Amino acid sequence: MRLPKPTRLRLYSQIFFFSLFLFFLLRTEFRGSFRESSSEIRLPYPVGFFFQIDPLVGLSNALTGHGLYRGLLWCLVILIPTMFLGRFFCGWICPLGSINHFFGNLKSERKRGKQLLESNRYKRWQTAKYYILIAVLVAALLGTGMVGWLDPFSFLVRSMGLSVLPTTNYALQAGLGALEHSRFEVVQSVGGVLHFILGATLLNFKQPYFRDGVWLGLLFLFILALNFRITRFWCRALCPLGALLGIVSRWSILGLVKKPEHCNDCNRCLLRCQGGDDPIGGVPWHQPECHLCLNCVDECPERGLEFKFFPAQKTAGTNLQRRKVLTGLAAGAALLPVMRSTPGFAAERHERLLRPPGAVDEEFFLSRCIRCGECMKVCPNNALHPALTEAGVEGLWTPILVPRIGYCETSCVLCSQVCPTGAIWEITAKEKGWSVDVSSAAKPVRLGTAFYDRGRCLPWAMATDCIVCEEWCPTSPKAIYLRPTEVIDAEGNIKQVKQPYLDPSHCVGCGACEHACPVQDRPAVYVTSVGESRSRSNQILLNRRKS
Amino acid sequence: MENENITLSRRDAMIKLLRVAGVGAGAAGVGLWLSRHSFRPEIALATAAKRGHTVPENPALPEMAIIQGDDPARLVRQAVDELGGMRRFVSRGDVVLVKPNIGWDRTPEQAANTNPDVVGEIVRQCLGAGAKRVIVTDVSCNESRRCFQRSGIAQAAQGAGAEIILPDPSRFKDVDLKGEVLREWQVFDPFLNVDKVINVPIAKHHGLTGATLGMKNWYGMLGGQRNQLHQKIHESLVDLADFVRPTLTIMDCYRILLRNGPTGGNLDDVLLKKTLVASTDPVAVDAYVAKAYWNLEADALPYLKLAAARGLGKLEFEKVRTQIKNLS
Repeated sequence: MRLPKPTRLRLYSQIFFFSLFLFFLLRTEFRGSFRESSSEIRLPYPVGFFFQIDPLVGLSNALTGHGLYRGLLWCLVILIPTMFLGRFFCGWICPLGSINHFFGNLKSERKRGKQLLESNRYKRWQTAKYYILIAVLVAALLGTGMVGWLDPFSFLVRSMGLSVLPTTNYALQAGLGALEHSRFEVVQSVGGVLHFILGATLLNFKQPYFRDGVWLGLLFLFILALNFRITRFWCRALCPLGALLGIVSRWSILGLVKKPEHCNDCNRCLLRCQGGDDPIGGVPWHQPECHLCLNCVDECPERGLEFKFFPAQKTAGTNLQRRKVLTGLAAGAALLPVMRSTPGFAAERHERLLRPPGAVDEEFFLSRCIRCGECMKVCPNNALHPALTEAGVEGLWTPILVPRIGYCETSCVLCSQVCPTGAIWEITAKEKGWSVDVSSAAKPVRLGTAFYDRGRCLPWAMATDCIVCEEWCPTSPKAIYLRPTEVIDAEGNIKQVKQPYLDPSHCVGCGACEHACPVQDRPAVYVTSVGESRSRSNQILLNRRKS
Repeated sequence: MENENITLSRRDAMIKLLRVAGVGAGAAGVGLWLSRHSFRPEIALATAAKRGHTVPENPALPEMAIIQGDDPARLVRQAVDELGGMRRFVSRGDVVLVKPNIGWDRTPEQAANTNPDVVGEIVRQCLGAGAKRVIVTDVSCNESRRCFQRSGIAQAAQGAGAEIILPDPSRFKDVDLKGEVLREWQVFDPFLNVDKVINVPIAKHHGLTGATLGMKNWYGMLGGQRNQLHQKIHESLVDLADFVRPTLTIMDCYRILLRNGPTGGNLDDVLLKKTLVASTDPVAVDAYVAKAYWNLEADALPYLKLAAARGLGKLEFEKVRTQIKNLS
């Protein structure tokens, strides 16, 4: 039996890792089981796998947190082989690289013949990614996790999880709904069968909605569309992970050997080149740009290209300019002071900056969070959303709890399970501590404190019974307590209603009251971040300080 | 002949004209038709639904059974036997809906949801009596998949052979409940058009009414803005109870939640009572449990009076034929 062509093998590898990525992303969701009743709920699959093997996440985490969080050591599995072999990761494994590869291969009016050759030639702007890398690493060293804005997995999970998949779900549900409500029974049953199959694989139990999902989706489409003009623009010019792997592959022992005596300058190798690393004759090969896709070797009609261990030919390096490196350093050093010297972080914290349970204090949170959206994808109540302005410019796309859309489920700690960097430190339901007396010795996680808007509250303002908030309050004793009061209704009748009050020493800020309040548009009870257990300063009560 | 190069021949011109005229006439026709079909958007009309699931009364049998003992499943068997056996309530080929309380993301020990062993045994009894399908479902308050799993009810009921249905948001139908305060409301469709309905609530404390018992369990068949119902809690409870008129109410008092209900959470709030109360009279069972565990008179629960006035059952549980047994 003959082994398939190397490029074939690469394609299989890309398909395999992309499928694995998609599978893990789809399973970043609690689906429930009728067969078990275990009270401690965890995801069955290692859905954060791709973040754990991502050396950029590992490096950023090491720089910001001075350590490597749970599982991030696995990134050496990619980093060390890259030192020896080069950027095989970009060509063979990276799911975003594979998507870009696919779109770069599609026929395009802007990329034909000469234009395609020109597009695939090495370009000076490919060095941009190295300066981006330098800037984000310096910023990380100073304490911010902004690397996630451009980390390929963060970008992909955020775009797919918060926009592409919810969009797909909406479209499929609408289509299935049309089938299932058809007048014809045959169509109905086809719809039923499809619903069953899709329900087990792709569909969400409830339609997820994410704030600003449309912008994340458009940004994703834009990056993909760039491929129609310039092959793999993202990978060649922007990706800081590609840059990191490019730098460490500078001295790799595997390299392209060009045989000038075979080359007749047909340029066919360039037609399918992915990295813009110039496999053509007459110029040096750019080792740090090569994705090891092996297309050039496959394409060359004269068999004039070959990958060999310990090649003797001279190659071109990352091609960095000192002045731009210094600019990158300066930009990275300036980023954090610029963003933190505006109000928001220290001086005027947004009242609705509600972080997920287990989140570390804001300063550490912003340094560790890579804005990947895993926590938002996994939240069973669709409660976590990418922040737009609530956490300042620096906190763009970091997770915030939006109780009106979804509250924090009492025993759920899935966001802390999937967080790849420890921005949401892994906790157990017991450590979250909402199912016991929260005022007892154990220190529960608190997200904030609830407040009443008595002008909108039914028993307070409208002489009407309600107290749904008290019913939903998950702590015991409840943080919401009731006082029977005599009120006078519009007709002048004396009536007894129960009015709700809040005891901040019991409130954990889960937002269930806000979620359940029947005043639909602007609820009469709402949660703000004061009292959050992760902060020492954002407190109301004197006696909370010492715990 | 020169003209031919500049303008179309008469024949081609006619064809072209006809084509344009045809499209124009078509557009006008569609426009006229649409203009006559303009309507102000209204929410679709409610579907008609089956009301009432009761079986005929039998004066020779007790109407209520209060059983105490250690094994929840045995309590169910004994209680149902006292009332005449499940065959009295479930006929061969029936579709039976069992409605436990699966409202909260809590474990059985926390007593916020119905005891899973009680649900499992009821499912077995129904299937034993020849039911074609037994559906176990509820529209949870907390995230339903967590509630169904962590309550242990999904596992127990599926193990007993029931069909578990999660509250899929696409399966709610607008129904005219024909109540006094509840008219059109979203009802979860498994509750519509089943032959028998068995209510399996758990007795818990509640901040608004003092206790949440059997009738309050019917909130769990509704979708929509359920959080408005508390504003007319008594009237809405009776409307729902009148709409459903269950075959049987089996109240789980194995563990009861004395304080901080209906969510609880703290094991200190739970009291082990090892009791099950089953009855064909949904009013009497609520009245009895309210009095027995919370010392609430019927005056404290106005919905009971309203329900009795509407002929749903008897307020004076003392006058109901009752069988009390202690198995331990």
